[in-house]
Amino acid sequence: MMKNSLWRRMMQYRMYYLLLVPVVVYYAVFSYIPMYGVTLSFKKYMFNKGVLGSPWVGFDNFHYIFRYSAFWNAFRNTVMISFGRLLVEFPMAIIVALLLNEIAGSKLKKLYQTVFTFPHFLSWVVLGGILVNILGNTGTVHALFELLGLPEVNFLSNPDTFRPFLYLTNIWKEAGWGAIIYMAAIAGISPELYEAAYMDGANRWKQMLHVTWPSISGVAAMMLILAISGILNGGFEQIFNLYSPGVYDVSDILDTFMYRLSFSGNVSLGFGIVTAVGLFKSVISLVLLVMANFIVKRMGQEGLM
Amino acid sequence: MDAATQHNQADTSFSESRIATRGKSRVDLLLHLLFILVAACAIFPFYTVVISSFGTPAGHVLPTAFTLEGYKQIIQYGVGRAFTVSVLVTLVGTFMSLFLTTIAAYALSKKGMPGWKYLMGFIVFTMFFGGGLIPYYLTVKGAGLFNSYWVMILPSAINTFYIWIMLSFFRDYPVSLEESAKIDGAGDFTILLRIVIPTSMPVIASISLFYAVDRWNDWYTPMLFLQDTTKYPLQLMLKNMLANIGQILSMNAGISSVAQSKINIPQESLKMAAIMIASVPIMAVYPFLQKYFAKGVMIGSIKG
Repeated sequence: MMKNSLWRRMMQYRMYYLLLVPVVVYYAVFSYIPMYGVTLSFKKYMFNKGVLGSPWVGFDNFHYIFRYSAFWNAFRNTVMISFGRLLVEFPMAIIVALLLNEIAGSKLKKLYQTVFTFPHFLSWVVLGGILVNILGNTGTVHALFELLGLPEVNFLSNPDTFRPFLYLTNIWKEAGWGAIIYMAAIAGISPELYEAAYMDGANRWKQMLHVTWPSISGVAAMMLILAISGILNGGFEQIFNLYSPGVYDVSDILDTFMYRLSFSGNVSLGFGIVTAVGLFKSVISLVLLVMANFIVKRMGQEGLM
Repeated sequence: MDAATQHNQADTSFSESRIATRGKSRVDLLLHLLFILVAACAIFPFYTVVISSFGTPAGHVLPTAFTLEGYKQIIQYGVGRAFTVSVLVTLVGTFMSLFLTTIAAYALSKKGMPGWKYLMGFIVFTMFFGGGLIPYYLTVKGAGLFNSYWVMILPSAINTFYIWIMLSFFRDYPVSLEESAKIDGAGDFTILLRIVIPTSMPVIASISLFYAVDRWNDWYTPMLFLQDTTKYPLQLMLKNMLANIGQILSMNAGISSVAQSKINIPQESLKMAAIMIASVPIMAVYPFLQKYFAKGVMIGSIKG
């Protein structure tokens, strides 16, 4: 009987299962087959034998990378840059949203918003090209610095300024875009709340603190979980288009390291070793995600899961 | 007094208090000054791209020249072909992604479906764990997509995060609308095509913008998988061009009737002209979709 009714219910939903067939196939091929491919971390990859036929080598690949100083350099850079981004870039979207909310005129507000949002739509190839152009030795920024009598700094090749330069340019690209989600949350605040706060004598600062912020803190918590689980990402597209060997010491992250290891000929190691780095990265990210979710829930916010 | 009037009254008194506290004070002036300054800094680099693409040498703040030579040279180098590739990949890719994302989100919005939990888990898990670079590379290669145009479309056809956004939109979809259509005898598929999709335009418009931007700006996938430079999309061609502009100039001079003297425009002008061609089209799409997008997506994703 039980089986029968389940079958009947499934038949009711048959159209939806049908719709999901291509979707499941897509995920099986492009997500789950690569997931099986992480077994390469424990194998020595041989081109003519493929993933399945290559011989097992236990933890050899991990022993190798853990003794490889460039790996630890990349790991340290990834963590440092991501923490920098969390500290410097993450609050920027919130600040932009809070400040835009304080602007009364809707036309100017829209104009500012558009200016801050549109760089999001450009690729890092384009933005990298622009930055190299204006910051290079013949560039406009160089000319401006000279005009103002400021000391010459080459932001693209100076290891001391390279990380702040990454944060600043990523804020330029993403802060306005990131603000949109907070602005949508702010738009949902009932005007009566501000009204009541005003009646109680709250000035603008206090209104921002006690009315606006509490209504976006839930979104902020969710964004924070996502940002923390992405700590080992570090921003491949940006760094790949801006860095050069002179700043590898401070900017080579796990993703750029893996790419060079795999595809730029001269430092190419086995695919198994690169896969081991990738697995190391995925596992830590997953642990971080679960931890961040747990902590945020403990703090009384709605988590992701 | 009914609720509507009450709400109206609250609105007016709120805007009065808003006028009292916002708009005229010294704080507002400072805010505007801050925003104008920051906006000017954000815009300035793009301004230099525009003037430089028309021939102004680097280092100049005001335009000193106006020539289309940079654009001519770039077109001669074969940007037209790469442009076509990018347009086709963006159109076909966006359409395909939108189709798959919509059916996935719609089907998954039916929580009563037996096995829903497992199907959902199957998809969401991929957001948080992946095989990494090499297994992905080998899989895509193994699927026969190496050096194929389809490599720019198929492996990245679905972005799970976008399913999630659309799903939260469909979940709040009024059940009554679908039910009344069912009573009128419409089948499941007709309901999706005739009722759900037309009334979900805000979220669909936003998601298509996201996909279009992703497709247009993708240089990494073609860099990994395309060997044949004639198949390159605009972004990847631009990337190579930025690195090897000298070669291009001499090649152009060698193969064409362009006199040596005519190439006398700054190399930067060529690069900036290429940057213009690679970025103006995708930015042109944005205003058309903007009106949907403010209300569409973000509101949906917050509820998610």
